[in-house]
Amino acid sequence: MTAETGWFKTIRDGDCLVVETGGRWNVRTVEALEGKLRRIGVEARSGKMATTARIDLTAVDALDTAGAWLITRTRLGLTAAGIPAEVAGAGAAYVSLLERVEKALQHERPEPPKGNPFIKLLEGLGKAQFDMLAIARNLLSFFGLTLIVFVRVLMNPSRLRFTALVYRMQSTGLNALPIVGLLSFLIGVVVAFQGADQLRQFGAEIFTVNLLGVSILRELGVLITAILIAGRSGSAFTAQIGTMKVNQEVDAMETIGLDPIEILVIPRVLALMITLPLLVFYADIMAMLGGMLMATTALDISVSTFLKQLQSSITFTTFMVGMVKAPVFAFLISLVGCFEGFNVAGSAESVGRQTTTAVVEAIFLVIVFDAAFSIMFSFLGI
Amino acid sequence: MTEQPIIKIRGLRTQFGTSVIHDDLDLDVRRGEVLGVVGGSGTGKSVLLRTIIGLNKARAGTIEVFGENMTQMSDTQQRQMQERWGVLFQDGALFSSLTVAQNIEVPIKEHTKLKRDVVRELSAVKVDMVGLPPDAAHKFPSELSGGMRKRAGLARSLALDPELVFLDEPTAGLDPIGAAAFDNLIKNLQQSLKLTVFMVTHDLDSLAAICDRIAVLIDKKIVVDTMENLMKLKQPWMQDYFHGPRSRAAIKK
Repeated sequence: MTAETGWFKTIRDGDCLVVETGGRWNVRTVEALEGKLRRIGVEARSGKMATTARIDLTAVDALDTAGAWLITRTRLGLTAAGIPAEVAGAGAAYVSLLERVEKALQHERPEPPKGNPFIKLLEGLGKAQFDMLAIARNLLSFFGLTLIVFVRVLMNPSRLRFTALVYRMQSTGLNALPIVGLLSFLIGVVVAFQGADQLRQFGAEIFTVNLLGVSILRELGVLITAILIAGRSGSAFTAQIGTMKVNQEVDAMETIGLDPIEILVIPRVLALMITLPLLVFYADIMAMLGGMLMATTALDISVSTFLKQLQSSITFTTFMVGMVKAPVFAFLISLVGCFEGFNVAGSAESVGRQTTTAVVEAIFLVIVFDAAFSIMFSFLGI
Repeated sequence: MTEQPIIKIRGLRTQFGTSVIHDDLDLDVRRGEVLGVVGGSGTGKSVLLRTIIGLNKARAGTIEVFGENMTQMSDTQQRQMQERWGVLFQDGALFSSLTVAQNIEVPIKEHTKLKRDVVRELSAVKVDMVGLPPDAAHKFPSELSGGMRKRAGLARSLALDPELVFLDEPTAGLDPIGAAAFDNLIKNLQQSLKLTVFMVTHDLDSLAAICDRIAVLIDKKIVVDTMENLMKLKQPWMQDYFHGPRSRAAIKK
């Protein structure tokens, strides 16, 4: 397949170095030609010095940008080495291409900015700190803004978008029932199983019920549900608002005189604050059922014993300790979800990035606040 | 010797669900010409483009590109075809996580075994050829204006020096000066690289300035001719299109 490749040979014509080229000079063949051509400059200077050079393109069948680039580079290289070179035998079409490429090669090309990697590391570290502080500050001001609008809506309830609220309640609450139920049930099973395994060593299997009741009602029920909803609804909020931001729908709202916080944020926050406590209650029940299934089948504790033990081990306070966190977590999740949605800027890629950030931040805040609640409850002696 | 057309479509039928977009459509694109494809909205201009490059499946008919039947082709053959054409999508469709230079390098790296520095050199040449300033090479698409993104997209579509380029509304969304500059760019590149250009457009200025022939999509079929001849036809849509005030202004130039 000689026709598919390019070739060249060098001939001496007196003081003139002639580079005869032919075949195909294109993006496929320049790789092979490039290395060999580099050596021409060296050859030209060694031995009997050539004073001029000529690159003959008469036999070239095909020339594309890559080939033109290589020929032009060789020519400029020879000229720079003190051997003035010219191109001969090129058709009109090739001449215009060669001229175009030469023009491109003459432009200065700035290198991509490079710096000291250590300084870069420090810079990145410092920037991350400032970014984090900026996010905290912006989140705080978003919190304030939301509160103000919230109060305004409370003062004038007709401003509340009722349809949007109900729709959000359906999508964040009702539609989450299957997954929340299933996961809580399994958590109940796991806690009961692990507890029984350890407590059996002391002959105290019956206290599995206490462990289950207290840990699920106080901590696990609300925590698992909140984390699940952060991943399910918090991310959805960011994606929805972010997409609207990219489509300039948010800008459109403002120009029409609608308040994006009132329309987009309030219904979502309110909906989640209503549905999350309900979901937590549901999750508590399902986890108890899972634990009970485990207890009755694997531990030989009858249903009535289980219920009796459960009743004696937990109080209304136990239940409320878990329950009271739910609206707080709901507020955090929805606030962060909406906040990151408004942070979307520019492209669709940003939507994905902010969604990830929203979920991470929401789960982080939920756990931090859960720890804070624990400390507070222990001070209060609850 | 009559030259083989670079694209030859016979009896093409495309449909989505029950709505037929093209029915029994024939089209020849000659080597080295700039063909402008026009038509009212919803007549399937972009669909036609997507069907030719294989992003849509045709229900019936044959599409030959470079004399090879696209409709019965293995994946490997299709990949080989892809090296021989370039596509510029409406907003450039640059990869947002890569810089302009890296975007242009993608097809070169994928389809050739060139050394890194050669690839970098070639991409810099392309950046210059489409009229982008050299420092644009290290910018990300989100840092560029719409016109620059289109130029960068064009540079990427030309990365492998294709024989055939498909342009989807190349001047849409550009200001008149930018659009005229882009028209010029296409014409210049078309001449120096000997390209065949298949261009979907709404821009009457582009049509008048750079297209050799115009293909009008009407009633699920296509009518191809030069602008002068099309203007003589009595078809109502074409009358409106070519004799409206905007068209007259474009032709006067």
